[in-house]
Amino acid sequence: MKYVVYLKQIRKKFDKQVVLREINLVVKKGEILGLIGPSGAGKSTVIKTMLGMEKADGGEAFILATTMPNRKILGRIGYMAQSDALYETLSAKANLEFFAKMKGISKEQLTNEITHVARIVDLSTSLNRRVSEYSGGMKRRLSLAIALLGSPELLILDEPTVGIDPALRKKIWQELGILRDAGTSILITTHVMSEAELTDRVALLLHGNIIADDSPQNLEKQYAVESIEEVFLKAEESEELR
Amino acid sequence: MRIFAIVKRILAELLRDKRSLALMLLAPILIMWLMNIMFSANSDTKIKLAAVDVPQIVQKNLEKTSDVSIVEYSSQTVAKEKLQENKIDALIVYREKANTYNVTYTNTDATKTALTKQALNVALTKEKITGLSQAIQKLEVIINNINPTSTKSLFVTAGNKTKINSYYKYGNSDTNFFNKIVPILMGFFVFFFVFLISGMALLRERTSGTLDRLLATPVKRSEIVFGYLISYGMVSIVQTTIIVLATIWLLKIEVVGSILSIILISVLLAMVALAFGILMSTLAGSEFQMMQFIPLVVVPQIFFSGIIPLDSMATWVQYIGKVLPLTYTGDALTKIIMYGDGLNQLIGDIIALLIFLLVLVALNVVGLKRYRKV
Ligand SMILES: Nc1ncnc2c1ncn2[C@@H]1O[C@H](COP(=O)(O)OP(=O)(O)O)[C@@H](O)[C@H]1O
Ligand SMILES: [Mg+2]
Repeated sequence: MKYVVYLKQIRKKFDKQVVLREINLVVKKGEILGLIGPSGAGKSTVIKTMLGMEKADGGEAFILATTMPNRKILGRIGYMAQSDALYETLSAKANLEFFAKMKGISKEQLTNEITHVARIVDLSTSLNRRVSEYSGGMKRRLSLAIALLGSPELLILDEPTVGIDPALRKKIWQELGILRDAGTSILITTHVMSEAELTDRVALLLHGNIIADDSPQNLEKQYAVESIEEVFLKAEESEELR
Repeated sequence: MRIFAIVKRILAELLRDKRSLALMLLAPILIMWLMNIMFSANSDTKIKLAAVDVPQIVQKNLEKTSDVSIVEYSSQTVAKEKLQENKIDALIVYREKANTYNVTYTNTDATKTALTKQALNVALTKEKITGLSQAIQKLEVIINNINPTSTKSLFVTAGNKTKINSYYKYGNSDTNFFNKIVPILMGFFVFFFVFLISGMALLRERTSGTLDRLLATPVKRSEIVFGYLISYGMVSIVQTTIIVLATIWLLKIEVVGSILSIILISVLLAMVALAFGILMSTLAGSEFQMMQFIPLVVVPQIFFSGIIPLDSMATWVQYIGKVLPLTYTGDALTKIIMYGDGLNQLIGDIIALLIFLLVLVALNVVGLKRYRKV
């Protein structure tokens, strides 16, 4: 299978609330896919069902040519959750070490890996501080660093740039670009439309369906507008008319 | 090994969390100390009695009883007022014509009522004996007058007091209900504290999202469960030792068997509590809900665990007791402390606890499926 992620007719409801009606979605090797949608659209739910943290009510998910859920495949995925999810009382370094070991990174590579990811997110000088002393942005960066551990083939980032200042945000996107060029596939969610312009392909999630799925340029052309934000508004309008 | 990384992380977190550490290690000592104060203060109950028309000899006998004081009233009305005002604990009225003692108790404190009844009984018995021995003495004089030598030795003993020497198989004359429940309470505190701390720990891991993140790595569910069991198991060995030693020293409990066996049984219980706490935390949505489990699943255990003898209860109640781990530790600890049983005699209790542990661990590994399907 040529796709790194392949979601086929994924359905999910919580109690009676249908969150995902029918999600069909692919991520190809070496591309950045932006999953865009307003808060509460179900972006996190898409990610959690494909990783196996939530049980889908229907459909199939394949990651790296393996039917999900599958525990071993998780070692080849870097996942950054929407919440920071860090051990606050421990140092940043202890957090990195712990998750590195969980991912199965060997002792010899441990130090190298930690130095490497800390440099990417610009935390090299504050690794020994406790996470509870970190600012919101620093926690976000540490969270991203943990996802980057072990050079995963697939990165799944749930709203990674929330609370990060513009300069660093730019740097992170640059870094994602470098990773992509090196062959990493990236699935990134955001509700910040301007960030969507930086992706290779955009999937708009609304009312439990992917209502548009193309490169940002093509979408803007198709809807005859200047930005993804306007694409989104137009798509939402036509969706509501239907 | 992932398990050891998890153990290391949990212990590191715990060492930084001074409040939980204090709760685990100091709170049991504090509670045992408070119980010590409570139960040692309770030991001398004093009662105040009022007497109307009670014969002098009975009054004297009552007064001789320790912790009993008596005031004589000439009229019943005054005495009754005193009773109304709770100034006295009981009013004793003697009706000579009917040879009857009418006793009215305040009965606000069952211990005092019981003590009064006992004191009065003793006093009346004494009175009879005194009367009897006086009669005998008179008889003696008469007999002596008839035959001065032959029967003397026979009646000399009658005036002597009979002495009772008491020997206790366990403890001493101060041994009471409290001593019986100490082993059960000790087990309960081990269970309570370990349950709370371990449950809270996994809960925090879940609400902070780190559990999700952990489950997004290839870690096995069983590795997480065993990581928790090993790390908190290590802590609970320290904690249990503290609880056991504090109980024995602070409350001056006599241990017939070996202290090491007590600690071993308690650690086993702690592991059960640990697994139980972790399991319950998967059902709780917040720390508050975790607290709500305490009156629901923790406190009732204490009633079924032998404080009130189970064999006197309905069969279904006895069956409930059989599925609660505290029943088995209560039994085992009582046997070690009071009868000096060795571990080899407690194999039944130990096997029961191991079964609890095994089942709970398995349930936990399966229970984590709620958060990751594989
Ligand atoms: N565990 C859950 N139980 C019940 N409802 C949930 C749960 N997780 C998410 N939801 C609901 O599903 C919807 C989508 O949530 P989510 O995927 O987090 O949205 P997004 O990530 O796009 O902001 C929301 O309405 C949310 O309330
Ligand atoms: Mg979300």
